[in-house]
Amino acid sequence: MSIFSEVPQAPPVAVFKLTADFREDSHPQKVNLGVGAYRTDDSQPWVLPVVKKVERLIVEDSSLNHEYLPILGLPEFRSAASKVALGEDSAAIKDNRVGGVQALGGTGALRIGAEFLRRWYNGVNNTATPVYVSAPTWENHNAVFADAGFKDIRPYHYWDAAKRGLDLSGFLDDLEKAPEHSIFVLHACAHNPTGTDPSQDEWKKIAEIMKRRNLFVFFDSAYQGFASGSLEKDAWAIRFFVSEGFELLVAQSFSKNFGLYNERVGNLTVVARDNENLTRILSQMEKIVRTTWSNPPSQGARIVGKTLNCPELFAEWKDNVKTMADRVLLMRDQLKAKLQALGTPGTWDHITQQIGMFSFTGLNPKQVEFMIKEKHVYLMASGRINMCGLTTKNIDYVAQSIHEAVTKVQ
Amino acid sequence: MCRIWFRMSQPSDSTGAKGGEQSAEGGSHVSVFLNTHTAALNPETKLFSAFTADTHTSKVYLAGRECLNEEGQTFVLPLVGKLKKQISADPTLCPEYPSSLGLAEFTKRATEFALGKNSLALMENRVFGIQTIGCTGAVRLGAELLKHWYNTRAAWCGPVYLSSPCDDSLASIFEAAGIQDIHYYFYWDAKQRDVCVEKLLADLEQAPEQSVVVLSASAHCPTGADLSEQHWALIIQLMMRRRLFPFILLPVQGLCCGDLQRDAWPVQHCASQGMELLCAQSFSHCFGLYGDGVGNLLCVLKQSSLLSAVQSQADRLVRALWARPSVGGARVVATVLSNPAYLTKWQEEVKHIVERCMLIRERLRERLRLLGSPGCWDHLIKQRGLYCCTGLNGQQVEFLSKRRHVYLLPNGCLNVSAINSSNLDYIAESIHLALTSAL
Repeated sequence: MSIFSEVPQAPPVAVFKLTADFREDSHPQKVNLGVGAYRTDDSQPWVLPVVKKVERLIVEDSSLNHEYLPILGLPEFRSAASKVALGEDSAAIKDNRVGGVQALGGTGALRIGAEFLRRWYNGVNNTATPVYVSAPTWENHNAVFADAGFKDIRPYHYWDAAKRGLDLSGFLDDLEKAPEHSIFVLHACAHNPTGTDPSQDEWKKIAEIMKRRNLFVFFDSAYQGFASGSLEKDAWAIRFFVSEGFELLVAQSFSKNFGLYNERVGNLTVVARDNENLTRILSQMEKIVRTTWSNPPSQGARIVGKTLNCPELFAEWKDNVKTMADRVLLMRDQLKAKLQALGTPGTWDHITQQIGMFSFTGLNPKQVEFMIKEKHVYLMASGRINMCGLTTKNIDYVAQSIHEAVTKVQ
Repeated sequence: MCRIWFRMSQPSDSTGAKGGEQSAEGGSHVSVFLNTHTAALNPETKLFSAFTADTHTSKVYLAGRECLNEEGQTFVLPLVGKLKKQISADPTLCPEYPSSLGLAEFTKRATEFALGKNSLALMENRVFGIQTIGCTGAVRLGAELLKHWYNTRAAWCGPVYLSSPCDDSLASIFEAAGIQDIHYYFYWDAKQRDVCVEKLLADLEQAPEQSVVVLSASAHCPTGADLSEQHWALIIQLMMRRRLFPFILLPVQGLCCGDLQRDAWPVQHCASQGMELLCAQSFSHCFGLYGDGVGNLLCVLKQSSLLSAVQSQADRLVRALWARPSVGGARVVATVLSNPAYLTKWQEEVKHIVERCMLIRERLRERLRLLGSPGCWDHLIKQRGLYCCTGLNGQQVEFLSKRRHVYLLPNGCLNVSAINSSNLDYIAESIHLALTSAL
C-alpha cells in the first residue's frame, strides 16, 4: 500500500494549461496572449543585446571563482539591485539601513520575505497576521504566503470591473478596516493582471492610511523599467514610501527587465529603521535561505550585477529596456486605434491607460471562450492579455476577433 | 539594551515597544522588527570567520564544502568549462521560463543516473524527478512533500531520523518545512572509528512506524564512513518490516568510489526491493557546478497510477518556493549524461579527483605512521569521498585551530581535498601534536 495513495491531483495552473492548449492548436492564425514573457515583433523571445555582451565577458573571465556563492548572494549584485529600486541618491542607502538578499527570481524573494515575516513580524511565529493581496492579483501570491505559514490571506479591493479602473475607495476602505499590523502586498508598478496602477496622488492616500494604521508594506516589483520605459518612474511608489519613513520589503525580479527568465534572478530588498535592525534581520534571512536553497545560483546575479555596476553597460541596458517598453506601448496604441476604427462597442481607453505587460480587456468569460475556441486567440479567463503577444502581423486579426467577441457574444 | 532605551524615551508607551508604536502625529519611532533576534552564527560561518581573521602563515582550512584541487582552488572540470562556453555561444537556446519541474532532459537523465537505465521502477513508470536548487533544495522539497502529503489521514509531522553526526543544516531544513520532531540514530562510533550497524539497527527498531529515515547512499557527510552492502540489506529488511520510509542522500555520485553504479547502489537496491523512497541528488561536487545549484529530487512510488497526482503536488510546492529552477548548470549535466563520449570524458576527470583524494588519505595515514602517532589510522583509507572523520575529539580539534591554525569541523571531520603536497606535512605534524601533547 503506497503511503501516497490518498494524494489528490493538484489543479493545473491556468496559464500553463493555456499555453499547452495553444501549442496543440494547429490553426494557422493562432495567437498566444497568455504567458507573461516578452516577445519581439516576430513573436520570439529576446536576448537583450547587453545580456549577450555581458555573458561573453563572464565566460571569458578566468578570474571568476567557481565556489558556492555566499548564502545571501553575490554582494555586488545585492547592493546594485537595491540601488536600482531605491535610487542613486537614496538616503536610506546612505544611512546604511538597506540590505539585499539574492533570491531565486521574484517568487524566491517573496517566499524568503514571507518566511521572515511569519517568524519575526508582529510577534514571534505569528501565523495569524492577516496578509492582504489585491483582488485580483498574481495567483501565486496566495500560495507563497500560505506555504510560508500564514493562515489568514484576504483580498483587498482593487479592480473595479464596471469602470475598468482602480477601485480606490474600496481599497482605502479596506486599509482603514484592516487589523493593525496587517501585511499588504502592493504591486510597485504594472499591476499583474490588471495593468492598472494607482496615480501618485492615489499612492499618497494609500501611504497615509498605512502609516497611520501601522500596516506593513511588502512591494512586489517585477517590472521596473518595463512598465513606462523609465526606471525612476516605475520605482516612484517604492521610493515615496521609503521617503515617508516606512520599514518595508521589496521583492524584485529581473526576469522580465533583463529577459533572464531561466536564470532566476531576484533580490529581496530590506529597508529597516536603522543599521542595527538591518543586521539582525539579515542574520535571520540567512538562516531562512540556508534551509531553502542554501546558496543561490551565480550566473544571473553576475550578469545583472556586472551590468548595473558598469555605467556604459547600465546605459545600454536602460536602452534595451526602453525598446521593450516602447514596443508594448506601440501595441497598446495600435490595438485601441484598431478597435475604435472597427467601431467595437464600448470604450477602449483602458488599453492605453493601463501599463506594463498586461491588460485587463474587460472581456467576459463567454467572450474569452469564443476568442479561444472560435478565433484561436488564447487569453486568460479573466480577460487578461499579454501585450507582448501582439505583433504588427497579428494585431489586425486580434482586433477583429475582439470585435466579433464583443458584438456576437454577450 | 537598545530596546530598553527606546521604551524609556517614550514615556507615553504603556504597552511597551512591540511592533511599530505610533506617536500622535503618525510615523513610527520604533522598528517593527525590534523583536527579531540576532541569529546565532552558522557554525560554518563562525569557523570560517575565525580562519579569515587568523594571520598565521601556515593556516589551513579543512572544513570547506567545495572540492579543491592540488593548488587549493575549487576544482574546475575542463569538460564542464568547455561545455559552458559552448552552451553560452549556442544561438538556438532561448531565454524562456523553464518548467517548474526543471529541464526535462536533465531530470530524465539525472533520474536514470541514480536508478540505472534498467530500473524496473523506471520501466513501470512509477518514478519522477524534479530539478531543484542543489541538494538543499531537494531535501527541502522532499521535506515539504512529506509534510503535506505523507500519510494524509494521520496529519503526519514526523518523526524524521537523521544520522549522528550528519550535515548540520539537515535538521533545520526539516524544521523549516514544519517538521519539528527530529531524532538521531547511532551512526559513527568514535571508539571504533567506523559505522556501528548494530547500534544503528537498534535505534531504528525503536523508531515509530511511518518514521522517515534519512540515509546516505555514499560519501557520508561529514564522516566519509559508508554502510556496506550487507549493512544495507539488514537496514532495508528492518525498514520494510517496521514500515519506515527511506529518504536517501546522494550528494556526489561518481566522486565517492569513482564508480557510478556503486555510489548509487543503495538507491537502486531499495527500489528493486519494491520500496517507495525519496532521493536528494546533487551535481555540485561531481561536476564542479557549485555556483549553479544543480540538484534533483527523485521519487519512487509503488504504483504508476499515483505518479501524476504526487508529481502535481510536488510541482505546486515548487511554485511557491522558487517557481522554477535556473537552467545553466542543468544544461551542462544533461549534455554530459546524454552523450556517451562526454560521459566517458567526465568519468575520467572525476576519477582523477577520486584518485587524488584516495592518495591524500593514504599519504596522511603514512605520515602519521612515520611520525609514530598513537592509534590506528586505517579508517582514513576506509572512508571515501570528500570527507573524513579523523576521530579527534573536541579538545584536540580546538588545539588544532588555536595552536596550529589548522581548522577542522568541531566533530573532528575534515575535507580531504583541502590537503595537498604543500600542507600535508604540516597537517600531519599538527595532528600528531594534538594526539601527543598534554591538553
